[in-house]
Parts: sequence; structure tokens; C-alpha cells
Amino acid sequence: MEMLRDENWVLSVGTFLPMVGVLLLLIVPKANDQLIKMVALFTSIATLAVGVFTLFKFNFDQAGSMQFVAENKWIPLIKSSYFIGVDGISLPMYVLSMVITLLVVIYSLNHIPSPGNPKAFFILMLVLQTGMAGTFIAQDLILFFVFFELVLLPMYFMIGVWGGENRQYASLKFFLYTMFGSALMLVAFLALFFKTGAESFAIPYLVENGGAIARNVQIWIFAGMFIGFAVKVPMFPFHTWLPDAHTQAPTQGSVILAAILLKLGTYGFIRIAIPILPEAAKAWAPYIGGLAVIGIIYGALGCLAQTDMKRLIAFSSVAHMGYVMLGVSTLTDFGMSAAMFGMVAHGLITGMLFFLAGSIKERYHTLEISRLGGLLTQMPRMGWILGMASMASLGLPGLAGFWGEFPAILSAYNPADGLNVTVFRVYMVIAALGTVLAAAYLLWLFQRVAFGEPKAEFAGGAHGADDHGSGHGHSQFEDVNKFEWIAWTPLLIAIVVFGVVPNLLFSMIDPAVHGILAGFKG
Amino acid sequence: MASSQASRANHVLNTVVNAVAPWVNPVIDYHALAPEMVLAAGLCVVLLADLFMDESRKWILSSLAGFTLLGAMLPVLTLGLHDTDVRSMFDGRYVVDNFSLVVKALFLLAGYVVVLLSSNHVEEDEYWRGEYYFLLLSSILGMVMISSSRDLVSIFVALEFLSIPAYMLAAWRKRDIKSNEAGVKYFLLGVFASAVMLYGMSLLYGVANSTLLVDLGKSITATGSLSSLHALGIVFVIVGFAFKVSAVPFHTWAPDTYEGAPAPITAFLSVASKAAGFIALATLLFVAFPQASDVWQPFIWVLSALTMTVGNVVALRQTNIVRMIAYSSVSQGGFVLMPLAVAGINNGGASALRAVVVYMLIYAATNLGMFGVIIAVSRKTRSAEISSWGGLFSYAPGLGALATIFLASLAGIPPLGGWVGKFAAFQSMLTSVSGWGYSLALIGAVNSVVAFGYYGSVMREIWMKPVPDGDTTPIRIPGSLKLALVFTAATTLVLGILPGVAMHFGDIARLTSAFGG
Repeated sequence: MEMLRDENWVLSVGTFLPMVGVLLLLIVPKANDQLIKMVALFTSIATLAVGVFTLFKFNFDQAGSMQFVAENKWIPLIKSSYFIGVDGISLPMYVLSMVITLLVVIYSLNHIPSPGNPKAFFILMLVLQTGMAGTFIAQDLILFFVFFELVLLPMYFMIGVWGGENRQYASLKFFLYTMFGSALMLVAFLALFFKTGAESFAIPYLVENGGAIARNVQIWIFAGMFIGFAVKVPMFPFHTWLPDAHTQAPTQGSVILAAILLKLGTYGFIRIAIPILPEAAKAWAPYIGGLAVIGIIYGALGCLAQTDMKRLIAFSSVAHMGYVMLGVSTLTDFGMSAAMFGMVAHGLITGMLFFLAGSIKERYHTLEISRLGGLLTQMPRMGWILGMASMASLGLPGLAGFWGEFPAILSAYNPADGLNVTVFRVYMVIAALGTVLAAAYLLWLFQRVAFGEPKAEFAGGAHGADDHGSGHGHSQFEDVNKFEWIAWTPLLIAIVVFGVVPNLLFSMIDPAVHGILAGFKG
Repeated sequence: MASSQASRANHVLNTVVNAVAPWVNPVIDYHALAPEMVLAAGLCVVLLADLFMDESRKWILSSLAGFTLLGAMLPVLTLGLHDTDVRSMFDGRYVVDNFSLVVKALFLLAGYVVVLLSSNHVEEDEYWRGEYYFLLLSSILGMVMISSSRDLVSIFVALEFLSIPAYMLAAWRKRDIKSNEAGVKYFLLGVFASAVMLYGMSLLYGVANSTLLVDLGKSITATGSLSSLHALGIVFVIVGFAFKVSAVPFHTWAPDTYEGAPAPITAFLSVASKAAGFIALATLLFVAFPQASDVWQPFIWVLSALTMTVGNVVALRQTNIVRMIAYSSVSQGGFVLMPLAVAGINNGGASALRAVVVYMLIYAATNLGMFGVIIAVSRKTRSAEISSWGGLFSYAPGLGALATIFLASLAGIPPLGGWVGKFAAFQSMLTSVSGWGYSLALIGAVNSVVAFGYYGSVMREIWMKPVPDGDTTPIRIPGSLKLALVFTAATTLVLGILPGVAMHFGDIARLTSAFGG
């Protein structure tokens, strides 16, 4: 693979700039809320600016090549280096992580969840950003592993400190699941290292030499990585941490978790597991596809059974990531591109839905669907945004969700050579049925939350479940406020733009996907 | 009469000595011995100063001890920078090579941090300061010696040298019944271990007719096969060391001793004294018995698997933070033993030795730091219950963050130091390409996840629980403790982000004439 090494400082700056913000925040006194928020805001704006600069400097004609490649000594003794670069697969995720972080910071400016302490909250968020961005640019397995793990602790604290009632249980479950997965993943990485002659941890090197490993060994190594990544995605049956984590996490945590963290798993499959171990990928593909469609149906049925809005959105994530993994499992250009698109789309849409859930909870103090209703009459703007996000999520053509889902289903019609066509066509049919279920649960959600009249307890305005508001029952609910507008508008625009002009993204992804699947062509 | 008797005795002695070997004055390389000499001089100065100094000025003693340790670092540095790689004295019984220099630096710096941790603790609790620092320095001198010892006798002497002051230090709070228990338990089991080890050594001397480690190795190659006496001797010696490094099932003294001893001494025991045991064990296995790996590998495999599993499982149930860290350090010891269990397979010796050294370096910084936080927190809470740590982050965010860093490092979460040690250990397991290696690596992987259960529970207290008694006065941290915390935290972070540094020290630490070379 060709490597472009121009302007190779860009990625390091973009990745570690949030750490500068962390250092600044450390010296700002805890009491100075305004300054803390400003530092966090400007750090994330500056980070995104670097990200946008990267986007402009990126050579789209060579989206299949690694660009901005930098390679420095890091741990020479174990032949691991600080090796970074982006191609058309990493770049969208890299920039998306920056966009989401900025929007979440904006949202947090007036939505710091209880028990407060914005200083610690923003520090964790910025550390999280470095971890996420780093994972997408790492081209060395050990470096990847370090960044991959770097996101664990901040998220653990974010859920455990700022989360809901059951936060401690949820945060520990999240942590132990992920850590167990990554322990096996690390062992798999080491095995890979030794089986390729203990020469290098660089991903391009391993892609070249991984194919030569004996098939049954490949299958075992793949198994280790599979568990590590599948827990993160999460795939059925490793998904059980997700509903708990999402439900208990603060809004900001849920958004980041859904928009970026889950993608670390799918990205790992696409970037590492499949290109390095092609034989094993072929052997595993039918099972991955099978688990993916189980996830689609199971997630959808789970959604239908939920009574809590946030938990419902969490289960819908399981279903949507099922489509992504189905696309991945076909091992075709088409399926992979669909999966990549699905990752970005799901990030935008589900991020949006979690924002909405957070704001609804803030106003009604409950997400119990049976207690909600009449959102459109009480807060028409928020109601319509919810409508749009639901439509996007169920895959309405013209919005971004469609281009992740539909091609993924289609790709199962014609999987890569060597895969059992019948099996995948069965998957295709099941996945298509899943879209019907998706429409059902999302429309039903929208109906129950937005249509009709507000329930009696909220009919008067913002008191109801509010413990403090008794006596002043006539203040109206505040519709979407300015912080929410600023944080949400970019997401809404992106959902429409990528829905109408999907080629913006596909043209970037496609060449890179060809490179990933090069091992399957020969 | 008396004089004639004396001359007769002298005569007998002379004939005996002459019969064994003609007396040659040993060549003494003063440069090589400078760290030991600085320490020896320093501990005499501390003792004398304590004797003649006015009570009100005794705070100087801790500075004296600290400067002695830093002073001893200087020759270690000059030796490290000097071209001569190996300085061997007394027929190879005392060797100063890169391995021993790296380890000496570890002991001296760890000792320095312990002095920093001690200074306020010792003053506020009215300990006998002079003797305290004197014993501490003596013990460190023993450790510095053990890292150069390449002979059964000098290893044994150095081991006793470092252990005996430690027994006394463990019992230092003499009016506290728990501290007495700590000292007595440690002493009784310690001397028992020494006796077992000495018995093993005597068997080895019997078969090899020499106490020099290299000769022990040769005696195996010469006969071509292992005699049962060899095997028995090796097993006894390992059992002796297993006590010192508190490997399961020889760990029972550790939690009680750790709980009862003064906190800085607990830190010292769990880091420096333990490291000394591992270093001596590694020296013995690699220099004397590389050919006998069939005997010790399965034994160490079992020890390692038991140690990390039992240590973890028991740690999960602790409610006292010091006991929890004590069991955690038992479990961490299992990870240090892990690479030794496959060191003889597929030329794994070098990578196993590296893993041991890297692990010890990082573990030392992290665990000392953790004890620093424990000492700081207990200044306010006056309790060692984990529940007393509730809400620490809300009123002492600095300490809360530091504790998180150290706990995460102990749990092995990147980018904090601990993961590098674990990584080196796992790497060495997989290098062996053997069922022994894979199976133990798997046990280790599961254990490192389980370990998060208890490290995480402390983090939960710190971040997510309310303050138990509602007392949120900030904690005042004395300067020396602050310095210790900053130093250990910086080391933990830097070694985690730039693992190359730790790996580099692990790699230059080449043990002279190891692996039969």
C-alpha cells in the first residue's frame, strides 16, 4: 500500500490537542465554572478545526492510501512503533469523533448532570476524545490497544459518577465486559506477532504477512479478536452490558457511547481482524453474519418490549449494529462500504436520539413511555426533531440511515466467493424482516411519545414529577433551547445531507475498502 | 598460658587456611563497591547523629537518610556510564554488572521514596527516629548486596541482612498489639524460611563441592544428569524464596504483617523486600540452574498460578484497604513468577528476565505511590476501612485522581505503567510457544480481569460513594509526602506512555553468566 507522508504532524496534533485542554483544565480552579467551560469549548473547537483541516488536506483521489503517515520509535524492544495514518475508512470516523465531542461539549454547557463538578466531567470527556481519535489513526496494534483501552476508564467514571440510579452496577458491568474482551484481544495480538515472525506490530506489515499463517491457527487468533471486538460492537450474545450502560449513562455518555465507542469494535473488524486473517475471516463470516441477524431480530423484539425510551434506543443500537456486522460479514466491497456508511449514519442518528432522550428526561423527569405523550402539542419543535430522527433511524430513504441499512441487506444477496450463498440469502430475508420490525418499534415509540394529548400529570406544565416545582404548576415546558439548537443542528443537517448525497461518504470509503479486501482477491 | 593458647589456635587456623588454598589478598574494586560503602557510612552517621543530637533537631535524620540513599545513587550512575561492563570480585562471588546496577538503582530509589513516606509518619507517632532510619538503611544495604551476590553464602548473608532489620521495623509500633503480631509472625516464618533455604543450600553444596553459583551449574553439566540431591536442594531453596516473596501457599504471613506494620514499612516490605526476593531467585535460577529447568519450571508454574489466583480471590473479599493491597501484592507476585515458569523453554531466559525486571520497576513505582495515597488519606480518616474512602474525589480531588492512577496501573489498564509489566510477562509466556506458557498466560489473563473487581471497588468508593461521615475538610499533605506522590505518579505515567524506557532498562539488565553462558 502506498503511504503519503506529507504534513504528518496533523494527526498527532489533532489527537493530542485535547490533552493540552486537560492540562489547562487541571490548573483552572474548580470553582471557576465559566472558565472551565470556555477552556473545554475552545479545546474541542480547536480540535475539530484541526480535524477539518485534515479533511481539506486529505487527497480524496487516493483515499485508499494511508495519508499523513508518521512513524516514530516507541517501544523498539518489542518492535512496536508510534505509527499513525488515515485512509478513507479511518478519516470519517476520526472526524466524526471530533464533531460529536464538540457537540456534546456544547450541550454540556448548560446540561451538567448531577452531581455537577464540570471540571472533572470535561477532563474525562477530553481524555475520551484523545482515546477515540487515537484508535482510529493507530496503524500499530499495540498503539491501537493502548488507545482502545484509554477510553475505558473515562467512560467508566462518566457512567458511574454522573449516571442514573443503577449507575454503579452498569458501569462495572461495562468495564468488566470490555476488559475481558480486550484481554483476549491482546493475547490474540501477541499470538499474531509471534506467528508472523515476531517482526513488527505494524498493521500494514501484518496484512502482508498474516495470510501466510496456517488456517487453523488463524481461526484461533481470530477468535480472540472476535471476542474483543464483538463485546465492543456489541454483537449478540455479548450485548447485555449495552442496555444497562446506555440507560444509566448521562446523556453525554450515551451519545458518545452510541456515536463513537461502539464503532471501535466494528472498525477493529474492518481494519484489523479481516484484512490480516483472510482465511479465518472466511471461516468465521457465516457465524458473524448469523449472530448479526440474530442481533437484528433480537434487538428489534427487545425494543418492542421496552417501557423506557432510553432503553429502547439502546436496544435499537443492537439491531443497527447488526446491520453493520451483516455488511462486514459478506466480505464484499459493497457490504463493507455499507457497513462503514452504517457506522457513520448510526453515529449521527442514534447520537441525536440520545440527545433527545436526555432533553425529554430533563423536562419530564421520566422516560417511562407510558407516562409521556403529546410532545408535539407541548414542544412542537422537539417533537418534530424526534419524528425526523425516528424516521432516519428506521431507514427512510432520503435520510442517512437508509444508506447504511439497505445496501447492507442487499450485499448479503451476493457474498464473497467461497461463502455459502444460500445461508447469506436467508440472512438477507431475515434482515429485511428486521426493517419492518424497526419501523414498527420506532413509529410506535414516536406515536406514544409525540401524538395525542399530554398525560394529565404533565398537562399543566413543568411540575408533575418535579420534586421542587410544586406550587408553581403553570410554567410551560421550554421547547428546544439555544444550546440544544447549536448542538443538534449540525447532526440534523448531516443526516439530511448524507441521505441526499450519500456519495460524499461512499467516494471516500470505497477506495479504502478495496484495499482492505485486497487479500481476498488473489 | 592465654597467649600460648591463642598462638596455638592461630597456628591451627593458619594450617587449615594454608591447606585449603594459599591466601591471596582479594582485589577490591572500590568504585564497584562505592554504593555499599556510601550506605554503610550513611547508616553509621545516622546512628551517631541520633546519639548526640538534641531531640528538637532530629528531624534532620530523615534528610540524612534520604541524602545517603541519593548519595549511593551517584556511584551507581557513574558505574552505569563507565565502559567496564562487568566487575567481578572475590572469584566471581560478588559481581557488579548491568543487571545488578539496574536493580540497585531500583532499591535505592524505592528506599528514598520510603524515607519520604516515613518522615512525617515517624515524627507524628513518636517513633524512635534514629533507629528507624538506621534499620531502614541497613535493610536497603542488604538489598543492594543481594543484587550483586553470586554465591550461596553471600546470597544468604545479604538476605539475612535485609530481613532482620525488616522484622524489627514491622514490630515498630511497640504499644500496638497488631504491630507486635506483625513483627512476630514475620520473624517466625522468616527464620523458618531461612532455615529451609539454608538446608537446601547445604544439600547443593554437598553435591557441587562449591558455593559459587556458576560452579553449581557446572556440577550439573559435569555429571550430565540431575541427581536427586540437586533436585531436592533446588526445591528447598525455591520454597525458602517463596516465603520471602509471599507466594501461595507460603504467603500466610503477608496480610497480617502488612496490616500491623507501620504503613511506610508495609510499603517497603511489599515493594523492596519482595523485589529482593525475586531478584535473588532469578539470579539463582538463571546463573546456577539453567540446566535444571525441568525441575523448577513445573514447580514455579504451580506457584505462579496459585499465587495470582488465590491472592486475587481473597483480595476480593477484603474490607480493609491495607489488607486488600497486601493480597493484591501477593497476586502481583504471581505475575512476576509467571515468566520464570517457562524461562527454560525455547531460549526464553532473556525475555523472562527482562519481564521480571520491567515488572518490578513499574510495580515498585505504582505500589509505593498507592501506599503514599493510603498514608495521606489515613491522616484524615484515621481508618483503613475501604468504606472510609467514600467520596474522596469530592473533597480531595488530587488524591482521588492519584489513587485512580495507581489503582488503574495495578489493574494493568493502559496508558498507565502497569500494563507494560503485564505485557512483558505475557509476551514472554507466548515466546515459549508451549502449552505450559499458553495455559499460564490464559490463567493470567483471566486473573487480570478479576483483579479489576477489587481495584474497581476502591475507585467506586472514591468517585461514586458519598462521604461516610460528611466530613469534607480537605486533606493537608506534608511536603515530603507530596514529593513522593508526584515522583511515583510521574514514573507510573511516563513508563506507561513511553514503555520503551522501562523495556530499555529491562533489556540492559543483562545478568552476567546467566543461562549457562
